[in-house]
Amino acid sequence: MKRNILLVCLLLGLAAAVGADSTVLLNAAGATFPAAIYTKWFDVYHTQHPSAQINYQPVGSGAGIRQLAAGTVDFGASDVPMTDEQLAQSKVKVLHFPTVLGAVVPSYNVAGVSGDLNFTQKALAGIYLGTITKWNDPELTKANPGVKLPGDDIVVIHRSEGSGTSFIWTDFLSKVSDDWKNKVGKGASPNWPVGLGGKGNDGVSGLVKQTPNSLGYIELVYAVQNNIAYGKVQNAAGKFVKADLAGVTAAAASSKDMPDDFRVSITNAPGAAAYPISSFTWLLIPAQIPDAAKRDTIKAFLKWMLADGQGYNEGLTYAKLPQNVIAKESKAISLIQ
Amino acid sequence: MSRLNLIWRKSLNVLMLTLTGVAALLVVSVLFLILGYLLWNGGKSLNWAFFTQLPKPVGESGGGMANAIIGSLKLLLLAALIGLPIGLLTGVYLAEFGGKTFSFITRYTTDLLNGVPSIVIGIFAYSVAVLPVKHFSTFAGGFALGVMVIPITVRSTEEFLRAVPGTLREGAMALGASKWRTIATVVLPAAKGGIITGMLLSLARVAGETAPLLFTAFNNMYSSPGWGQPTASLPVVLYTYASGPYDDWHRQAWAAGLVLLALVLVANVGTRLALSRGGAARGV
Amino acid sequence: MSSTATTFDSAAPPEAGPRAFIRRLRHGDEVAHTITLVFAASILLVTSTIVYELWTNSHLSRAKFGWNFLWTRVWDPIFDNYGALPYIYGTLVTSAIALVIAVPLGLAAATFLAELAPRRISDGIAFLIDLLAAVPSVIYGLLGIFVVVPLMRTVVGPVLKRTLGFLPFFQGPNYGVGFLTAGIVLSIMVVPFIISVSREVLLTVPRDQREAALALGATRWEATWKVVVPWARTGILGSVFLALARALGETMAVTMVIGNATVISASLFSPGNTIASTIASQFTEASGDLYLSALIELGLVLFLITFILNGLARLLIVATERGGQHA
Repeated sequence: MKRNILLVCLLLGLAAAVGADSTVLLNAAGATFPAAIYTKWFDVYHTQHPSAQINYQPVGSGAGIRQLAAGTVDFGASDVPMTDEQLAQSKVKVLHFPTVLGAVVPSYNVAGVSGDLNFTQKALAGIYLGTITKWNDPELTKANPGVKLPGDDIVVIHRSEGSGTSFIWTDFLSKVSDDWKNKVGKGASPNWPVGLGGKGNDGVSGLVKQTPNSLGYIELVYAVQNNIAYGKVQNAAGKFVKADLAGVTAAAASSKDMPDDFRVSITNAPGAAAYPISSFTWLLIPAQIPDAAKRDTIKAFLKWMLADGQGYNEGLTYAKLPQNVIAKESKAISLIQ
Repeated sequence: MSRLNLIWRKSLNVLMLTLTGVAALLVVSVLFLILGYLLWNGGKSLNWAFFTQLPKPVGESGGGMANAIIGSLKLLLLAALIGLPIGLLTGVYLAEFGGKTFSFITRYTTDLLNGVPSIVIGIFAYSVAVLPVKHFSTFAGGFALGVMVIPITVRSTEEFLRAVPGTLREGAMALGASKWRTIATVVLPAAKGGIITGMLLSLARVAGETAPLLFTAFNNMYSSPGWGQPTASLPVVLYTYASGPYDDWHRQAWAAGLVLLALVLVANVGTRLALSRGGAARGV
Repeated sequence: MSSTATTFDSAAPPEAGPRAFIRRLRHGDEVAHTITLVFAASILLVTSTIVYELWTNSHLSRAKFGWNFLWTRVWDPIFDNYGALPYIYGTLVTSAIALVIAVPLGLAAATFLAELAPRRISDGIAFLIDLLAAVPSVIYGLLGIFVVVPLMRTVVGPVLKRTLGFLPFFQGPNYGVGFLTAGIVLSIMVVPFIISVSREVLLTVPRDQREAALALGATRWEATWKVVVPWARTGILGSVFLALARALGETMAVTMVIGNATVISASLFSPGNTIASTIASQFTEASGDLYLSALIELGLVLFLITFILNGLARLLIVATERGGQHA
C-alpha cells in the first residue's frame, strides 16, 4: 500500500516536472473566422521557435472576449471589436491588433444549382428576417435569370454562440436594411428571427454541407476548403461581387484613416470592386503583461505576424493587411508593457 | 360467445408476449448497431498516426489525437485521486460506523450529487477551480470528474462492504482485533473485488463525460505538460471534430469514438465478468 | 495484533469527557470513525457548495428578472434581456418525446425480461442493456449527427409528414435536426434505466400474486398486465422519473442534434434548444456579468428540477421494494 502511494506521488511529481522546462506556454481563445490562418501561424511559429507554444482555441469571438476579460486566457481573438462598454468592464486593458482581412460569404446547398447565385442586399436581409422563405422568391429569381431555383423552403443557418462572424454579417445587414437594423440590430449574438444554429464557422459549414436547401454565412476559407458553393453579393455600388482577395483588398482600401485603436468596420465599403462583407479580424492583447517571458513572446510573434506571417494569408484566401495598417501596428506593439 | 372471447384473449396473449420480446430485442439490437457503426467507421480510420501525432492546423488533413488520449488519461488519474478516496472512505463510514441520521443524510446527499447534471458540475468546477486562479487547467477538469466519481464509488463500496458476512467480522473481533483493524485487514480485503469493480466503473463513466470539461480543461492543440494548463481530451475533441465540416475531422471523430467506446465497454464488461465469477463465491 | 489488555478495556462502557475521548483515540477506532466521518461530511460540503455557488452566481439575474425569468420568451444578449421559457420548453418537449418512446418500449422489454425470459437469458440481456447505459453521451451525439439526422431528413420525416402531417406536430420544414431527433436520441439513452429498474421492481412482486391470477384462469399476459405490473407500478413510476431526470440533464447528445435555435414551436421538426444545451454552447462566451448570471440561473433551474425528480424517484422505488416484501 505504502509503495503504491509512493509510486503515485512519484508519477505526479514527474508529470509536473515534465512541464517545468523553458517553454513559454500561451493560451489564447477566440474567433473561428481566422482559425485556419491562426492555427497555421502558431504551428509554423512553434516549429521556428520551439520554446514558444501558443495554444489557440477557436471557440468564437464572444468566448474570446469573455475569457480575455476574465483573465483566463493570455490573449484573445475576435472579428468584432470590443465595444466601449466591454472595454470599460474588462479587468484588463485591451489593445486591438488587426491580423488579416477576410470575407464572409453566403454559402448554400441547393440541388441542381452549381454556379454562383447573385444575392441582392434585400434578398439577404429578407431571408434572415424570415420574410423571404422560398428559394424561388422573386427577389432571388430576379437577380438570377436563367437559373432554375426550386420552390423549397430556405433552411436558414446562423451561429448558435456569440460570434464575430455574426457581427460582421449583421453589421452588413444593418447597413443595408432598415428593417433589420430596427428589428434585430448588429451584434455577436443577435436574436435571430429564424434559422438553425451551428457552433463555430465549422459548425455552420457542417450544417450547410449536410442540409439540403440551406443557406449559411461562413468565412471564405471554410467554403473553399469544404467545396461549398457560395454566391455573389451586391455591393454599395450595385455590382454583384464574388468574395476573393481582390474584392476584400478593395474594401480595405476604403479604410485609409485607420483609427489609433484599430477598431473599424469595412462592411458595405464604397467602390465598384469592393466585396461588401469584408472585415478585419483582430488579436486582442492585454496592454499590460506582467510575465516577461510571455510578453516578449507575444511581441515577437506580433512582429513576425506582420512580416513573415502575412506571407501565409493568401494561400488560405485571407487578404494581406494594407501597408499603412502594418506600419501603424508595428508602432503600436511598443504599447504592450 | 365465451369461446370467441377465449380465442381473443389467447391471441392477445400471444401477440403481447411477442411484442415484449420484440421490444427487448430492439433495445439490445441498438447496442449492436452502435458497436457496428463505430467498429466499421472507426476501424477504417484508426491508424498509428491517430495514436502518436498531434492535431494539424484547422483545415489540414492528417494528424492525430495523441494529446487527447494522454489528456484523458491524466484527467482520469486526477479524478481517481480526488474522487476514489472520498468515495471509499464514505462507503466505509456508511457501512461500518454510521449513525442513523447522519447516514441517512449522507446517503441522500450522495444520491443528490449523483443526479446533478454534468453541465452543472462543470459550472461548479469553473467557479471553484478556474476563476480563482484565472486559467483553465487539467486540474480543474480532473476536479470536476472527481466530483462525479464520488457518488458511484460510495454506493458500490457500501453495498459490497455490507455484503461481507457478519461472521467474518465477529470472528476477527473475537480474536481481539479492534474495529478499525477488522475493517482494514478483514472486511475490506473480503469486499475488495466488488469495491475495485465499482471504482473502475465510476472511472469508465466519467471517461466519456464531455460537458464538465468544456469550461474546465478547455482544449489544447499541443500536449499539455503538468497539471496547470488546459488539455485536450478524447470526448471534447470528438465533439469538436464531429460538429465540424472537414471530412478528415469526421474520420478522426469516428476513430476517437471507437477508442472511447472500447475503453468504456472493456471496463464495464471486464469488471462485471470478474465480479460475477468472484461474487458468487461470496454469496453476493 | 495489539495487546489483549486494551481490548478488554474497550469491552467496558464508553466513558464520557475529553480525556476519555483522547484515550479512546489511541485505540484507533475513534480515529477511523472520525476520518471516515470527515470524508462523508465532505460530500455534504461539496453538494452544499454547488448549491451555494449556483445561488450566489445567479444573483444578478434573479434580482433583475425575478420569477419572470421563467416565462419570458426572449433571450437577447445584445439587449441584455433573458428569459428561460424557450429552453424550458425545449427541455420539456425533448424529454416528453423521449419518455413517450422509451416508457412503452422499456416497460415491454422489462416485462419480457422479468416475466417471460428464462433467468439466464434475462440476466444476459439485462447485462447487455446495462452496457447501453454505459455508452458516453458524446458517442450518442456522434451517431446522432451521422446516422439519425440523415435518417430523419430522408426517411422518417417524410413518412411522418405523409401519414401524420395533419397534426401540428409534424408540420413545418424538416431539417433533420430538431426536437424530434433530439427526443429520439434521448429515448435510446434513457431506455436502459427504465428497463433495469423496472425489471428489478417487477422481480420483487411476490409469486403468489401472479399464481393467483393464473389460477383464476388469466392468460400470462393478463396476469402480467393486470396484476403484476399494477403491483409494481410505483416502482415503475420511479424508474420513469429517474429516466426523466437523466433526460433533462443530458447535454452533449442533445446539443449535437437539436439545431440550437431559441424557438418555441409546436412542430417537432423545428430546431430548438434545451437548458443544458444552451449552457454548454454559450457559457464560455457569456460576455457580461448579467449574461453569465442568466446562464447560471438556468443551471439552477435545471438543478432544482432534477433534484425534485430524483428525490421523488427514490421515494417511489423504495416504497415499492418495501411494499413487495410485506406481501
